[in-house]
Amino acid sequence: MPRIWRCSVKPGSNFRDLTLASDQDLVDVRFGAQVLRLPLGGNLAASLLVAGVMPFRLTPVSGAPRGPFCMMGACYDCLVEIDGITRQACMLEVVKDMEIDMPAAKGGVRCVTSI
Amino acid sequence: MRDVDLIVIGAGPAGMSAARRAADCGLSVLVLDEQLSPGGQIYRDVDRASALRGDILGKDFTAGKLLTRQLCHDNITHLKGAVVWQIEDGSRVAYTHAGAGGVATARRILLATGALERPMPVPGWTLPGVMTAGAAQILLKQSGVVCEGAVLIGSGPLLYLIAAQMVRAGVPPLALIETQTHRDFARSLRHLGGALRGWRYLVKGLGMLWRLHRARVPRYTGATDIAIEGDRAAQAVTFRSGGTSQRIACDTVLLHHGVVPNTQTARSIGIPHHWDDRQACFVPECDAWGRAAVVQSVFIAGDGAGIGGAKAAAIAGEIAALEIARDLHQLTPENRDAAARPLKAGLSKERAARPFIDTAYPAYRAALSPQDATIICRCEEVTAGDIRHMAKLGCLGPNQTKAFGRAGMGPCQGRYCGLTVTRLLSEANGLSPEATGHYRIRPPIKPVTLGEIAAMTTYEPSEQSK
Repeated sequence: MPRIWRCSVKPGSNFRDLTLASDQDLVDVRFGAQVLRLPLGGNLAASLLVAGVMPFRLTPVSGAPRGPFCMMGACYDCLVEIDGITRQACMLEVVKDMEIDMPAAKGGVRCVTSI
Repeated sequence: MRDVDLIVIGAGPAGMSAARRAADCGLSVLVLDEQLSPGGQIYRDVDRASALRGDILGKDFTAGKLLTRQLCHDNITHLKGAVVWQIEDGSRVAYTHAGAGGVATARRILLATGALERPMPVPGWTLPGVMTAGAAQILLKQSGVVCEGAVLIGSGPLLYLIAAQMVRAGVPPLALIETQTHRDFARSLRHLGGALRGWRYLVKGLGMLWRLHRARVPRYTGATDIAIEGDRAAQAVTFRSGGTSQRIACDTVLLHHGVVPNTQTARSIGIPHHWDDRQACFVPECDAWGRAAVVQSVFIAGDGAGIGGAKAAAIAGEIAALEIARDLHQLTPENRDAAARPLKAGLSKERAARPFIDTAYPAYRAALSPQDATIICRCEEVTAGDIRHMAKLGCLGPNQTKAFGRAGMGPCQGRYCGLTVTRLLSEANGLSPEATGHYRIRPPIKPVTLGEIAAMTTYEPSEQSK
């Protein structure tokens, strides 16, 4: 798969990290076909928003695009697929070499966990 | 397996203060919280965030550090990132921690699960770019992330607070679209006496409004016909205010019209709930100490027992802990009462301004009873019209509509559609919300994988008999 590099703050994103220090450890994280540089240990949903990722998933019912809604682990709209398991991005921290995919739309395997 | 005197679920203000008071009384306490740092949503990540952006978040936020410090006590074990998914027999708690299941038992359990944002189903609220105002605050608190060019919609003090914080962060919102009307304000004056007792909240509110005025953030009040436009993501907000139609182009929309108790855990163990008309939500049945009806070994404190705010929650947590300590023979009734007296006086003062706030900033009516085409169950994409149609087919309660059309059956388990479904059915059938009822909530109350259960730290029933 071709790797596309881009900076952690995409000009198109209207989410801005106020405190991203220049010495912040950035790590590679793959989201779909893109490789992003995200702050190590940062909240995954917040980091993806700053990186300009949207949507996070397509709904299994109609394939509608969705992104983070509650940021507190209650709404399950920020679900992403990591290692084949669907998890809540707002409840995860960024770790090195995370492999993230958009949860499959219609017909995809539904397997949800919050941890 | 861990065995303690008291398990506290949730490390927000109620949970933290309860844990400390119970520990001070000599009880062994296990705090289970799904976040990786204490504070709950209101003091989210306060230990780290205070130093980095305390100036933006304000003193009311940084004050949360005093509470997180309370958790440092020899009798308290705080398990960070522990997601509770089942409670059995009012004494056994199953959770997932670090990818493996675990079970802990306790003589008493305190639910301090706090509040959820009141669902605000308006057309387009499921589009990417639409979030709760609370979500924007969490982004700011925990991650120092702000959104530029956002529009805030709804009513209530939290809307002003997040707007004021955005102004301080240098990214003022494009506009505040407020749904409360002059009539709501006139009605709230009946509760002015209470508001004056809680005058600090009024002063804070006026201060925030002054800051927004100075920052020239446009405010529209009495807004109706609110809709979010967009194809694959939010692009604009349309509404009517002051007799004219308005349209504001924006990528980020933040919704808020109050918070409601998160009753998921309490419901899953059969604690009865009743309808609170003023706050337009269900609240669990508890006595003045927070002891739950029916399941006597379980207590509930904080916003999860009825919305009162962070300070009231911290006091209620202590009050519950005192009764738990008395229950477990660590305090005499006299000592409990003596310690509780100033707390109860403080609680009544904290709650004094509530009727004024609730009446001045009621929920947005059109979102309580949305138009037919609006999605009300975000997970299963069920519309208000679907629910009304099911009512016509004879569905009297939410558990029937769940079986008919899957509303409430998705991963959020009804957290963001439950109240709307109850409201829609109650209107369609001419029954009270109380008679209409709510979803039956069953464990697991948070999803858990078979792998996590398989990795469960050994739970041997024989351990108990040792």
